[in-house]
Amino acid sequence: MTAPLSLRAEAHSLSAPLPALLAEAEHLATTVLLGDHGRRRAGTGDTFWQYRPAQPTDAARSIDWRRSARSDANFVQDKEWQIAQSILLWVDQAASMQFQSGDLPSKGARARVLGLATAILLNRGGERVGLTGLRLPPRRGDAQITQMAHILSEQADVDYGAPEVQGMLPHSRALFISDFLGDIAPVEDALLRAADRGVRGALLQILDPQEEEFPFDGRTVFTSMTGALEHETMKAGDLKARYLDRLAARKDRLMQLARTTGWQFSTHHTGKPAIAALLWLYSALERRT
Amino acid sequence: MMALGPIGFTAPWLLVALAALPVLWVLLRAVPPAPIRRKFPGVALLLGLTDKDSQSDRTPWWLLLLRLLAMAALIIGFAGPVLNPQAARDGHGDLLIAVDGTWAGAARWSQQMTRVDTLLSEAAVADRRVAVVVLSDLPTGDLPFAAPNDWQNRLPNLAPRPWQPTAPADYFADQSGAFETYWLSDGIDYAGRDALLAQFETRGAVTVFQTPQQTFGLRPAKFEDGQVILSATRTPSGTAFEAQITATGRDPAGVERALAAVPISFAAGAAEAQTAMVLPPELRNRITRFSIDGLRSAGAVSLTDDALKRREVALIAQGDAREGLELLSPLYYLQEALEPTADLIDGTLADILLANPDVIILADVATLSAPETESLQEWVTNGGMLLRFAGPRLAASDLGRITQDPLLPVRLRSGGRTVGGAMSWGAPKSLAPFDADSPFFGLPVPDDVTVTSQVMAQPDPTLAARVIAQLADGTPLVTRNRMGDGQIVLFHVTANAQWSTLPLSGLFVQMLERLAVSTRPAMPDAAELTGTTWLPHQVLDAYGQLDDARTLPGVAGELIATASPGPELQPGLYAGADRQLAVNVISADSVLAPASWPARIAVEGMTALRETALKGWLLAAATLLLMIDVIASLAVGGRLRGPRADVAALLALMLLAAPDAQADDAFALRATSDVVLGHVITGNASVDETASAGLLGLSQALYRRTSIEPSAPLAVNLETDELAFFPFLYWPITADQPLPSQAAYAKLNRYLRSGGMIMFDTRDADTARFGSGSPEGRKLQAIARSLDIPALEPVPSDHVLTRTFYLLQDFPGRYASRDVWVEAAPIGAVQAEGMPFRNLNDGVTPVIIGGNNWAAAWAVTANGAPMLPVGRGQSGERQREIAFRFGINVIMHVLTGNYKSDQVHVPDLLDRLGQ
Repeated sequence: MTAPLSLRAEAHSLSAPLPALLAEAEHLATTVLLGDHGRRRAGTGDTFWQYRPAQPTDAARSIDWRRSARSDANFVQDKEWQIAQSILLWVDQAASMQFQSGDLPSKGARARVLGLATAILLNRGGERVGLTGLRLPPRRGDAQITQMAHILSEQADVDYGAPEVQGMLPHSRALFISDFLGDIAPVEDALLRAADRGVRGALLQILDPQEEEFPFDGRTVFTSMTGALEHETMKAGDLKARYLDRLAARKDRLMQLARTTGWQFSTHHTGKPAIAALLWLYSALERRT
Repeated sequence: MMALGPIGFTAPWLLVALAALPVLWVLLRAVPPAPIRRKFPGVALLLGLTDKDSQSDRTPWWLLLLRLLAMAALIIGFAGPVLNPQAARDGHGDLLIAVDGTWAGAARWSQQMTRVDTLLSEAAVADRRVAVVVLSDLPTGDLPFAAPNDWQNRLPNLAPRPWQPTAPADYFADQSGAFETYWLSDGIDYAGRDALLAQFETRGAVTVFQTPQQTFGLRPAKFEDGQVILSATRTPSGTAFEAQITATGRDPAGVERALAAVPISFAAGAAEAQTAMVLPPELRNRITRFSIDGLRSAGAVSLTDDALKRREVALIAQGDAREGLELLSPLYYLQEALEPTADLIDGTLADILLANPDVIILADVATLSAPETESLQEWVTNGGMLLRFAGPRLAASDLGRITQDPLLPVRLRSGGRTVGGAMSWGAPKSLAPFDADSPFFGLPVPDDVTVTSQVMAQPDPTLAARVIAQLADGTPLVTRNRMGDGQIVLFHVTANAQWSTLPLSGLFVQMLERLAVSTRPAMPDAAELTGTTWLPHQVLDAYGQLDDARTLPGVAGELIATASPGPELQPGLYAGADRQLAVNVISADSVLAPASWPARIAVEGMTALRETALKGWLLAAATLLLMIDVIASLAVGGRLRGPRADVAALLALMLLAAPDAQADDAFALRATSDVVLGHVITGNASVDETASAGLLGLSQALYRRTSIEPSAPLAVNLETDELAFFPFLYWPITADQPLPSQAAYAKLNRYLRSGGMIMFDTRDADTARFGSGSPEGRKLQAIARSLDIPALEPVPSDHVLTRTFYLLQDFPGRYASRDVWVEAAPIGAVQAEGMPFRNLNDGVTPVIIGGNNWAAAWAVTANGAPMLPVGRGQSGERQREIAFRFGINVIMHVLTGNYKSDQVHVPDLLDRLGQ
């Protein structure tokens, strides 16, 4: 049984990074101009979109008489298509995401910031955001963002995470952020199941520059972040080429999976600014196939 | 001890351990470096990858070699290696250590003493009695045998002498007893050396210590054909050699310095070399000694005496444009007589007096202008010698008739007299023998010297004392009068053969010589020196240094005539009655011969090889190698790269501490990206704050009202910051601020010279006037003392400061004193007709000095409101406004220079354009 005091202290320390995370995500989100947002197409909604010449198929009651009276042709007033979309995020919280090199942020921190910033942007755009799994179904509103930040601040004990596909609504959108360095099978499985439900989305692989470069040499014992996996080598330098081959193969595999399921795939390095990844995410989720 | 070449070992058995090194090689090779544990998420991708090389990563060969070298250095170091292990010199009985101790060995004296010290240490080990004798300075009485330790304490008292040993064998012949001899020779042969060697050999074994070396000697300089001939000699061996001879003397300020230098080169194998030095007489007469550069030896120094000095004699005759016969020229015989021994100067009297010659000869010159007379008199009083000859003009003039002319020794009777001519009675007169008190005493009077005409001296009570030569009938021929330090001499005859045959005789030259008009021959002969006594003035030591010798006793002239220096006649300068003689170590015909020793004598080198323990060096080398091994091992193990590389980088940074110039750059960027006003940091927080706020207020006013748009002002630290960035510095003076350092002063002066302006503000105009002794005023004086500040004046009413932007006549700050000073206008500035202003200085005043506390009037707070009150009510605000206007004028003046001043030319320019 946990003493209430220690529980509270733990809760405090757990929530301590939260405002910072939120602030950082907000800050990141403000860098994207909302002018870029909107459905940008005619559809059902309240806002004016455009006048267009009336087609024979248009019903007579849809003709905007006030506009048509100013010219000889008849015009129809289109409204902007406004329909809320559900977007589900999965941000890898496994131990491998805690890796960081030098002064760079850890992969997990970058993943959370990116995920939350995307959520904030989408929320502002009127979409409903949530997390995969059953803990946070998609909803609108700032309370949802705060709650999402809470859940994202947690950490898992396993070495490598696998995406959850539970709770995905059919034809919704999804965003998976992870390093995808663990077993590929669960990812494959999740993607295929998502594709079965008509879910489209984006895969963002976050890697540390050290993982991309493998700058090691000499006799080395490599361990995973929890220490469960171990690999000893006499000459780490000799492994570099083969490691890079495997990493490229992993990226290829993910790219291929994304292509077959109609998803987008990109790799982001913690050494690069987060805004580039955020822009890519934003446009990837915008894209329609 | 075991010896391997020049290295011996105290514990040679330890070297056996070197055999174990190959084993160590194999062992080290077999053990791979310890693995590093790294957390790495990518390990999942690594699983299953096997090393291509199933063997462990071996330590690279160079690392092994490094470690083996370290081990070898340790082993050899502990084996106690010693460089040049000394074998003890054996022997018994008394020991004589004889040191030549001449000038030739002076340069290596300390080396010789070190060697003697070593020999004494060895003698102490062998328990022998020792006597140390310097042959050039023999002891009196018995040989001073004593314990070696005593002698070691007395060694610093021994010194070389600037002469060769004189008859040393005689001294040792008087000594009794047998002794072994160590003879430290200087390598130069001298008289009596062979006899001394024979004497030593009768007493016991002789060992000679001598370093083969070359000895140089500089012979006395000679004057020939207008140049100084310098010759040097050396022991006749060796290759071509180039040296430099420096002439040293006092400059006009009396400071001893090198006056001239000339190279001298010995051909290969040649024992002598010669070179010539051409110098202006002014310089040549100043030379006191010549020396070969870089040689510390009395033989390389040659002192000069009067022989080298040549007097400067100016000849002036009454100038007439008529081309006369050469032999009738009044100067012809003088020139002939003086040319070989003196330097003659021609020219007008005014020019000649500037050259300050030793002697001026006026041949039959009667009329001198008043200024000329005056300056001649002054020159004579200061030690010049005026020599006058009579002649028709002097006889015809009224010079010295009524009263005595200051430039004549006696009064003259008009007309003179002629004897033995066609129109006169009597025979030509001959000379009377010279009196004992005459400077010409002793000169033989030839019979053929006759005088036919002369000017006559007016008899008066002082005449007899002034006559130094007279005719047989008692009429004065040469008269002399002393005047101050100088003298005036009159020959009552002409300088040519018109009135007498004196100029045709040898007596004329000798008389000139006695009068010190011409220079005497170099060295007086023995007969002349007999019976004279010479006082040592300066003496040379063996190292070639001159020492004062006024405490030494006088030396008989006979001894000087021998010209062989010894204990009685130390080389140096000797002063006689009216001249100086130099006694040099090397005479004109000295030859330097190397000392040669018979084959039976053992000759050893002078250098004593010191035992050097190498243990410490080897252990240090081993430690260093091991430290390199640490870094190399890290590099091999991959620990210098990767996640912990920052530690290595930190270490590397600590090794190469890189200076950061970041702060400087930031300051420079802030100061130069815009016009920035600066104020000097005084150290008083409130004054600095006011100054900063004041300049901020001024900057804002400039921004609003003019096209100058300054950024925020900067505080300037005179010691550390660059001043060149600021067109204008405001310097409030506080009584307790420290004076700038020398470097800061240099910076400030450079700033002022290169067009910067400093506005000094003593902030005390309410209580003190300019120049009165307020504490700030005194501090300003102290600060400005080392500054390059021009002459100042109160701002004139037409100064350009009054109209650079606003038209102003007052320059108030918080106080309204009129004492504001700027650089003074040039003296010649006058107001042109019709112009409102004078055409004043063409530059910007580098300083403005006042005490009106301008910054306080300008100062604004962060929100732009005035910080400090000025005056009262509306008039106070008006004063603040004028203060701002003054500030704007100042900055305009700094930035536009004399532009507004140039506007006075505009009407002119327009006029010209119109035409």
